[in-house]
Amino acid sequence: MTALSVTQSAEIVAAVLFILSLAGLSRHETSRSGVVFGIAGMAIALAATIGLASRSIAATGIGLLVIGMATGAGIGLWRARVVEMTGMPELIAMLHSFVGLAAVLVGWDGYYSVEAKGTRQTEIAPDLVHIHHAEVFIGVFIGAVTFTGSIVAFGKLSEQMKSRPLTLPGKNVLNLGALVAFFTLTIAFVASPNLGLLVAVTIVALLLGWHLVISIGGGDMPVVVSMLNSYSGWAAAASGFLLNNNLLIVTGALVGSSGAYLSYIMCTAMNRSFISVIAGGFGIEVAPPGDEDYGDYTEINVFDAAELLRTSRSVIITPGYGMAVAQAQYPVAELASKLRDRGIEVRFGIHPVAGRLPGHMNVLLAEAKVPYDIVLEMDEINGDFPQTSVVLVIGANDTVNPAAMDDPHSPIAGMPVLHVWEAETVIVFKRSMNTGYAGVQNPLFFKDNTRMLFGDARERVDDILRTL
Amino acid sequence: MHRIGIVAESSPGETRVAATPNTVQKLIRLGYDVVVEQGAGAGSSHTDGAYLVAGAQVGDQAEVWSCEIVVKINPPTPEEIDRLADGATLIGMISPGLNPELVDRLAARPITVLAMDAVPRISRAQSLDVLSSMANIAGYRAVIEAAHAFGRQFAGQVTAAGKIPPAKVLVVGAGVAGLAAIGAARSLGAIVRATDPRPEVAEEVASMGGEYLAVDVTQEVSATGYARETSAAYDTRAAEIYAEQAADVDIIITTALIPGRQAPRLITADHLHSMRQGSVVVDMAAAQGGNVEGSKPGEVVVTDNAVMIIGYTDLPARLPSQASQLFGTNVVNLMELLTPARDGELVIDFDDVVQRSMTVVRNGELTWPPPPVAVSAAPAPTAQPPVAEAPGTAEKSLASPLRRYRLVAAAAVVLFLLTAFAPTQLITNFTVFVLAIVIGYYVIGNVHHALHTPLMSVTNAISGIIVVGALLQIGHHDTTITILSFVAILLASINIFGGFAVTRRMLSMFTRS
Repeated sequence: MTALSVTQSAEIVAAVLFILSLAGLSRHETSRSGVVFGIAGMAIALAATIGLASRSIAATGIGLLVIGMATGAGIGLWRARVVEMTGMPELIAMLHSFVGLAAVLVGWDGYYSVEAKGTRQTEIAPDLVHIHHAEVFIGVFIGAVTFTGSIVAFGKLSEQMKSRPLTLPGKNVLNLGALVAFFTLTIAFVASPNLGLLVAVTIVALLLGWHLVISIGGGDMPVVVSMLNSYSGWAAAASGFLLNNNLLIVTGALVGSSGAYLSYIMCTAMNRSFISVIAGGFGIEVAPPGDEDYGDYTEINVFDAAELLRTSRSVIITPGYGMAVAQAQYPVAELASKLRDRGIEVRFGIHPVAGRLPGHMNVLLAEAKVPYDIVLEMDEINGDFPQTSVVLVIGANDTVNPAAMDDPHSPIAGMPVLHVWEAETVIVFKRSMNTGYAGVQNPLFFKDNTRMLFGDARERVDDILRTL
Repeated sequence: MHRIGIVAESSPGETRVAATPNTVQKLIRLGYDVVVEQGAGAGSSHTDGAYLVAGAQVGDQAEVWSCEIVVKINPPTPEEIDRLADGATLIGMISPGLNPELVDRLAARPITVLAMDAVPRISRAQSLDVLSSMANIAGYRAVIEAAHAFGRQFAGQVTAAGKIPPAKVLVVGAGVAGLAAIGAARSLGAIVRATDPRPEVAEEVASMGGEYLAVDVTQEVSATGYARETSAAYDTRAAEIYAEQAADVDIIITTALIPGRQAPRLITADHLHSMRQGSVVVDMAAAQGGNVEGSKPGEVVVTDNAVMIIGYTDLPARLPSQASQLFGTNVVNLMELLTPARDGELVIDFDDVVQRSMTVVRNGELTWPPPPVAVSAAPAPTAQPPVAEAPGTAEKSLASPLRRYRLVAAAAVVLFLLTAFAPTQLITNFTVFVLAIVIGYYVIGNVHHALHTPLMSVTNAISGIIVVGALLQIGHHDTTITILSFVAILLASINIFGGFAVTRRMLSMFTRS
């Protein structure tokens, strides 16, 4: 048993624990033990690696290592404790950018420890040197794209940047050009590695990441964030290849496929191909001018709405991102529990792309203490709308738009939606008659069984609570 | 500013009133002054005091009839027409198609008349359609009357004293009244069946809990939203269904009306004869001639074999409070349409089909009948995108296994080429990489939708494992490497600790009820 074999077996154990950790998240009941597995895996991996590293590095190195980890841990724990659940997308985007940047730095480290030394280097077997060159480039490239992409996503999510997609002329050519440049630079670097090429590829990748995300609208953020999640995984895997470290490869592949799968779910839920989201520009497709006569909408006041709820048998609440914006999840949760106390069946119907992250609505509702067993997915609840007395649509628009099913010319045609209009009555909480993110008019508002309740969602729900 | 007069209904047995204190408030909000006749709301339990509280004035008959706008429910009598001031507007149920004499008499005065029961059947006008709102109430009440007269209960039960079979109810005509009747009978626990010449209502019947009995003879989709007269072949088959059903059911409720015509005779004496003793038939069309042979408007007739035929024509008035509220709301919605500026000034816009259709007389000039409204309440037959799309989808699903094989084959070839020319170390790495992706795909596919956000934060945490790379490179006597590694360690540590901590925090929020 050598130090190296100890480290390697620790890495296998850690990899298995990571897989168990993700598997644990498949059900609510096992999710907490899943996190414990993850932490255990991480602790084992870190202990083994630090143990191995400490044998060969100087005391200052150990000191820096401890300071770095302690500072990072402090910042991480502090952010995790204070973050608002509405701010989760920003936090996650931020964490992605860190992985991206770390991958860039590890790539540069690889350059300095191997390529920069030229023929004097001793770490890499001669037949693997060219592969090492390519690995440095791939790692830096993916890492840098992840880094700037996540920074832009963070900016858009925290509204420090405009969420409107930026369209540069010939944006697809730009993206393609960046990829071509990456390939050319890689070939040049493999032939003769030098710092200038490394700097060049880093800049190209940083610009590509920036451009990819800045040209995608705010409403497509669930896809973008899960896509960046995937990229951060591939970046870690690329570092694993670079360092010949199987634990990094396994973890990177797990994270990468996880992000890819989430992106896939989000794209299916919007009935759009992954490429079209990445290529950007959903929100700017201009719908035919809304001169179609949708008829009149019917308004309802708070008292009638409360009365309707009081006399209903079953209620389904379909929240959208607007609920989070209005911070209405707490009064909504209270409303749900009040109605349940009266013996009314209350459930929540969540569209996969509601919110700014996959599963974001579930977390927001959980934070407001809504029990998770009454929070159902679109596919689980869509069949129940005909037997429902009242549906409350709070801050959702495109995800409850019947045009997606009825109108083949609608920009959102074919997108799976919640069939709220099949219920006896639908109450739509809305600020005004403005169109939703996709810029599509919603025929739901003009249906005979739809009532519009205008105003701030939070205030209106509070009003209903008072009336009840 | 105009005054709206709410008059006391003069028809015998009428208990409703055209405005309740609740709707009076809404009329006042539109800028009108409202005058209610003394005792107008007595029949529907609304006192004069309640109207005063709502902001209305209470006046005598002369005062109310002198208002610029007079609202009532039933058609006016000749004396009432004479009481109207010149230039006044009368709003109420007129049935202009059935009462040509009344229309002539109205047109003889310099007044404007709006018929609440001549609203076109388009979705926009639903909120002012009194025929719908009254039919809804009537359908409910018809079931209540039948239940009252029926000597047994509706719901089936198994008790210690024996089994009670559920009552069987046949509803003829699934319009607004019919659907309300289906819903009411169903809630009482009966087995409900319904017939209607319009096949498109089958879904609505099912949604109310009834069983739709289809007459298997092609019948065109209704273009006006109302039922029309039926073909001979249809009638023969329908008669057979009625004969079968009459022998089986306990209650029949008929709601078949064709606008402007005599009600069709659907239940014959033979049918009635085949019914069990004690059965009840409610003929909601009794006033228009009756769907049931032998029914008398406003009366209860008992046949030789003890089948009761109820021909009440005042079903909505038997629920006066509710009926007044709905009628009043229809009036409010109409006034909203007619008062675009909300300033208490009534404006009639003849370019609006709804207003045009309702206007029987304008300033003494006969405007009846209105031009036909070419708008359909029935679903347009063109709206069938799913059918049009179907071939495309089928093609795609046929092609997809083939595409799948091709994809997998291509991926296998690429993988083979990649590894075949690579050194051993890379092959090992690649093996691990590819297998991990496959594992990842299956593990993540099982993750519960609700846990996707925790999944992302946990993957954030574990991708912090990239710290291992930096840990192995720090402190090897090269300052650049050490600085870069230090930054990488710091960032990755934020991920590891922050990611796990926030995941734990999130998961602890999820609770079961």
